[in-house]
Amino acid sequence: MKRIITAKVKNRSGVLNRITGLLQRRQFNIESISVGRTEHEDNSRITFVVDVEDFQKLEQVTKQLNKQIDVIKVSDITDKAIVSRELALIKISSNAQLRTEIQGIIDPFRATIIDVSKDTMSVQVTGKQEKIEALIELLRPYGIKDIARTGITAFLRGQQPSNQEQTPFSLLN
Amino acid sequence: MVMSNQEQERERKAEAHTPKTGADLLIEALIEENVETLFGYPGGAVLPIFDALYKKKHLFNQVLARHEQGSIHAAEGYARISGKPGVVISTSGPGATNLVTGITDAMIDSLPLVVFTGQVNQPVIGTDAFQEADIIGITTPITKHNYQVRKVSDLPRVIKEAFHIATTGRPGPVVIDIPKDVAANPCQDSYDNSFHLPGYQPTIKCNPLQVKKLKEAIQQATKPVILAGAGVQFAQASSELLEFAETHQIPVVNTLLGLGTFPGEHELSLGMGGMHGTYAANTALYDTDLLINIGARFDDRLTGNLDHFAPSALVAHIDIDPAEIGKNVNTHIPIVGDAKYALIEMKKQIKDSPTFKAWRDVCLSNKKEFPLWYNEPTEAMIGQWVIDKVFKATKGEAIVATDVGQHQMWSAQFYKFNKPNRWVTSGGLGTMGFGFPASIGAQLAKPNDLVVAIVGDGGFQMTLQELSILQERHLPIKIIIVNNQALGMVRQWQEAFYSQRYSESIFSIQPDFVKLAEAYEIKGVKIEDPHDFEKQLDELIAYDGPVLIDARVLQQENVYPMIPPGKGLNEMIGVKP
Repeated sequence: MKRIITAKVKNRSGVLNRITGLLQRRQFNIESISVGRTEHEDNSRITFVVDVEDFQKLEQVTKQLNKQIDVIKVSDITDKAIVSRELALIKISSNAQLRTEIQGIIDPFRATIIDVSKDTMSVQVTGKQEKIEALIELLRPYGIKDIARTGITAFLRGQQPSNQEQTPFSLLN
Repeated sequence: MVMSNQEQERERKAEAHTPKTGADLLIEALIEENVETLFGYPGGAVLPIFDALYKKKHLFNQVLARHEQGSIHAAEGYARISGKPGVVISTSGPGATNLVTGITDAMIDSLPLVVFTGQVNQPVIGTDAFQEADIIGITTPITKHNYQVRKVSDLPRVIKEAFHIATTGRPGPVVIDIPKDVAANPCQDSYDNSFHLPGYQPTIKCNPLQVKKLKEAIQQATKPVILAGAGVQFAQASSELLEFAETHQIPVVNTLLGLGTFPGEHELSLGMGGMHGTYAANTALYDTDLLINIGARFDDRLTGNLDHFAPSALVAHIDIDPAEIGKNVNTHIPIVGDAKYALIEMKKQIKDSPTFKAWRDVCLSNKKEFPLWYNEPTEAMIGQWVIDKVFKATKGEAIVATDVGQHQMWSAQFYKFNKPNRWVTSGGLGTMGFGFPASIGAQLAKPNDLVVAIVGDGGFQMTLQELSILQERHLPIKIIIVNNQALGMVRQWQEAFYSQRYSESIFSIQPDFVKLAEAYEIKGVKIEDPHDFEKQLDELIAYDGPVLIDARVLQQENVYPMIPPGKGLNEMIGVKP
């Protein structure tokens, strides 16, 4: 099962290496990972999607991450009310005749054209992963030359539904 | 070295005028941490540090091992026995990589170490410079934390943090990598050593509500058992454990590293559990309906096949490291915190319990019916017998350090530890070559106590160069080589599981260990006859100085009882002669 985990970490050299190394040697698969500064200049936020077998494995992931000295807080936010976004850059084959047609496809996705050359054009799209996948599928017939994706970044919504049943994944909760 | 007042005054004045270098700050930090014993080995990148140490050498007991692996195992032995962090200094590159085995060993056995490694000058880091190794990259998976210091003024804080991290929570090794220029350069900026680690706040006091759950479980239980690990020793909770077990009359099983945390000769002690544990211990772990794990990590050598581990038990697990809880064994009552606090809370909450007399009697009759055994030797000595004799000759009061293999298991079986902090062995990593240097650290930690190093002929040959230290430091360690001229445990497995194909496990040639001892100016004795051994042992133990005893034992002897690999606690073999 895929889980979205966020980690607030100290902005120190090697911290990403510590985390990816840890996940690798404990045999956890990382689907995607994105890192960036937070509102606090000493801290970074890492959002990753991991593929784990069961809740026991998941609990080990979060506990092992929490053990790292430079990791301040780890949360599995998969089952919470969250906002998650990914950004993708897609370069496709196109020519002058096709441009308007493609424009028509990407418009409903609120994607934008960010680069045009004689026989290619590049599109930028942000949103949930499903949306990005959908756009990629629609553009595939035109010939995709290159894709660059950031992986998901996410955080909790401002308000969590109060009556939501939270299934505790940890014995310690 | 004693200095006159005038000299000291002059030195103080000279110091006041020259700005402090990184190396000076390091020494100051070591003094502040009350470090007395240093296990260091010099080299190019740490010349500034050793130069600063030279000026302050009257403040430290510096021990020069003959190989960095010796330094770090000695530091481990020191940490295990003293309860204080072991401090190691080595140079960059090979000096640092020679520490890797010991760092890993300390990590898996939770020993507090602070390891300083030299590094090449900062401008050439990353250029494959002479004696450069990426020791941060290498040690990240095997340390509790590590640092490379980039600014001289960071050193005091980093060192303070490192000692804090190494010694608190679940102890472990911390590496501080110091580029040569950081050690050599004067500190131009102001510095202070205060720190804040928001990501490192170990839970010491357990949640009383979880203890309440344990209380309820005890009320319901009919067959409870305590599994006591090294966490009890780190928490110094042996007396609380004893009181708890006695109050409720619950039998106690020890892990290998937990030996001594509960008195080995106590009525309620079932001995060691696991692959070479006692029948009584393993049967109790199998039959129990309430397993109370205090400071043990459910290692696979203890549990055997997990499907047969405590199959009908409710599991309560007290551990300071939450990641250990539920890692291997499904746990119903997790209690995160220091074992001592937990036991104090348990005493407060759990006043009375149902009688466990029927269960207790079953455990004790198993203990009586199926004791550890060996066949009394007539002509040739055997390892079990040798260790039993050593146990009796030392009245069970020695500090015992072992290497890894058959002699280690026999020591765990036949040397009954009644007190904590007496047992030094490499458990998790199973590091051959550990025992002898570790005994040196143990003796340095307790200079007035009797230290016995029980080693195999294989492991001893991995680190025997440290014999130099015995004479140099007048350490009266008694080394007993349980010499079967083979890698006994490997040989045993090849006999049992590889149709007696003894691939590379039998030594065709060995050094003359007595001559070797004499070469290091140590008394050496070779004994083959059991009567000679019995006759000479008391005298050799009492000998004022180091002794090496080459005890020749039967090669074919195996460690029993045993849970064969992949089998469960209920599938022991060799339970009776």
